[in-house]
Amino acid sequence: MILEVEKPLLELEEKIAELKKVTENGVDLSGVVRQLERKAEELKHSIYSNLSAWDRVQIARHDQRPKTLDYIRELFTQFHELHGDRHYADDAAVVAGLARFEGRAVLVVGHQKGKDTKENLHRNFGMPAPEGFRKAQRLFTMAQRFKLPIITFVDTSGAYPGIEAEERGQYEAIASSIALMTELTVPIVTIVIGEGGSGGALGIAVGDRVLMLEHSVYSVISPEGCATILWRDASKAEQAAATLGLTSENLSKLGLVDEVIHEPLGGAHRDLAMTYKAVQLALTRHLGELVELAPDDLVEKRYQKYRAMGRVQREVKVSP
Amino acid sequence: MPSIFDKFRKQKPRIDSSEGEAVPAKAPASDLWVKCAGCGTAMYKKNFQDNLKVCEKCGHHHKMTAQERVEQMCDQNSFSEWDADVISMDPLEFGPEYLNKLQQDRAKTKLSDAVLTGSATIEGLRVALGVMDFHFRGGSMGSAVGEKITAMMEKALDQKLPTVMITSSGGARMQEGMLSLMQMARTSAAVRRLNKAGLPYMCILTDPTTAGVAASFASLGDIILAEPGAIVGFSGARVIEQTIRQKLPPGFQTAEFYQKHGFVDSVVKRAELKRTTFEMLALLTRPLEVV
Repeated sequence: MILEVEKPLLELEEKIAELKKVTENGVDLSGVVRQLERKAEELKHSIYSNLSAWDRVQIARHDQRPKTLDYIRELFTQFHELHGDRHYADDAAVVAGLARFEGRAVLVVGHQKGKDTKENLHRNFGMPAPEGFRKAQRLFTMAQRFKLPIITFVDTSGAYPGIEAEERGQYEAIASSIALMTELTVPIVTIVIGEGGSGGALGIAVGDRVLMLEHSVYSVISPEGCATILWRDASKAEQAAATLGLTSENLSKLGLVDEVIHEPLGGAHRDLAMTYKAVQLALTRHLGELVELAPDDLVEKRYQKYRAMGRVQREVKVSP
Repeated sequence: MPSIFDKFRKQKPRIDSSEGEAVPAKAPASDLWVKCAGCGTAMYKKNFQDNLKVCEKCGHHHKMTAQERVEQMCDQNSFSEWDADVISMDPLEFGPEYLNKLQQDRAKTKLSDAVLTGSATIEGLRVALGVMDFHFRGGSMGSAVGEKITAMMEKALDQKLPTVMITSSGGARMQEGMLSLMQMARTSAAVRRLNKAGLPYMCILTDPTTAGVAASFASLGDIILAEPGAIVGFSGARVIEQTIRQKLPPGFQTAEFYQKHGFVDSVVKRAELKRTTFEMLALLTRPLEVV
């Protein structure tokens, strides 16, 4: 997957690689190589400090961007995946299981997108069915029973829009999942790692702390959907993305996100090790703070946190 | 939500694109007659109003304004409004276009936003009541709707009242971005407080109740009633058709469909709604009745 915004950089990097090969074969071009490497670094800087909202959407959807199972593999030990909602099926678009994070037993739940077509078909492109939310709920309740903190990873374009999903109560599954999260007596840390698509994202995202990777996005509706409704033209998605305020900076400004986790220059997919490290550090810190809180305190703080999310004013009626 | 307004443009049996509204019949005397959005029958306007905007012929339930709903559901003059001055802002700076639309809809509906909240009595039983109005920005939920509903539930909690929530909404309001999405968490959290306090919470789904509203406070009722034919669901019909590339079966995403699939307790005709609501709430709150 090649991002439009990265193209000049990738071309330059290719050229550098070629010249290096020539140098290895005996013609010394190391001076030119160094020069071009400096140029590449500058280019990287200028590209990634001027990303539009639409560029962010593309980066957030990048197929090589780390996914939930990557974070689980890199940051957790003793992960044991747990399947099924105990009522109907197991939804592969949502992965969940017990694990240890720095020695502490936790529950991990996350949307799982694929990295290629085959995997995406298996994961239904990370779009949960009602069973995905019901699996999450079953395990949230179990985590509460055993006093395990919960960590959720958000990465979905949205809940799956299909006949069977509607028949089995997609809206009810999301609503009850959200409601349950508001009253759980264990700490919840949510990390938006890629795409946060509307209700399908929020269904597992009602955290005490909501963190967002710098280039991930979180939106009430997809830019494409917004453009279709506002202007009846899906090709205006770029414009819609800019308007929806879906970037980590915007959401942090609105107070909807507690911390933006900075990504290595070029985005998470360009330096995986650094990304994992940054996520781990943030997780350690937030979890460490939350486990100190008494359960009642935790629930009350969470209520107040979401209670405060809104921008309203009292209308002043001017008499004529 | 994947779609907010799509589905209302898709309802085929309806004879015009008026989104389920009864439209004024053509001449003569068009101000005296309306045409049913379900079957096209012309009805004398006064009879139509007296029949709670339900078609006498086909039973189609037309949309009501919040004020009409209050009149239908509450004892006369018992309704007293809360938070009548709470209005939305323009947090994403959509610009004057959005603010003007809000202003226009406030003037048109006499509401501060897409929900009317307050307390009232239903057959003498005092309740907290929320009524959404589709005529205000398609009933969409932004900060003001979320604030009014949450505040209503908190007052219900304070005053130990049962809560009745009558929904009609296309979902979260796009123009307020993620703040709109967060109203789902905000309102759901308040519902759980009612649950915990043992106060009944009843949802009445009217046409349409979809997307972010369906996926939050509208589906968390101890009891969930729905009006006949109301469109209910998460994803818009058009989005589903585009995703699966096939036509949707008739009756898909209606109140009856969701009763059949186990998500609605009972589909109740408008004329019986007040009595049913009262009796059910009384059954939950008054264990013994003098006979």
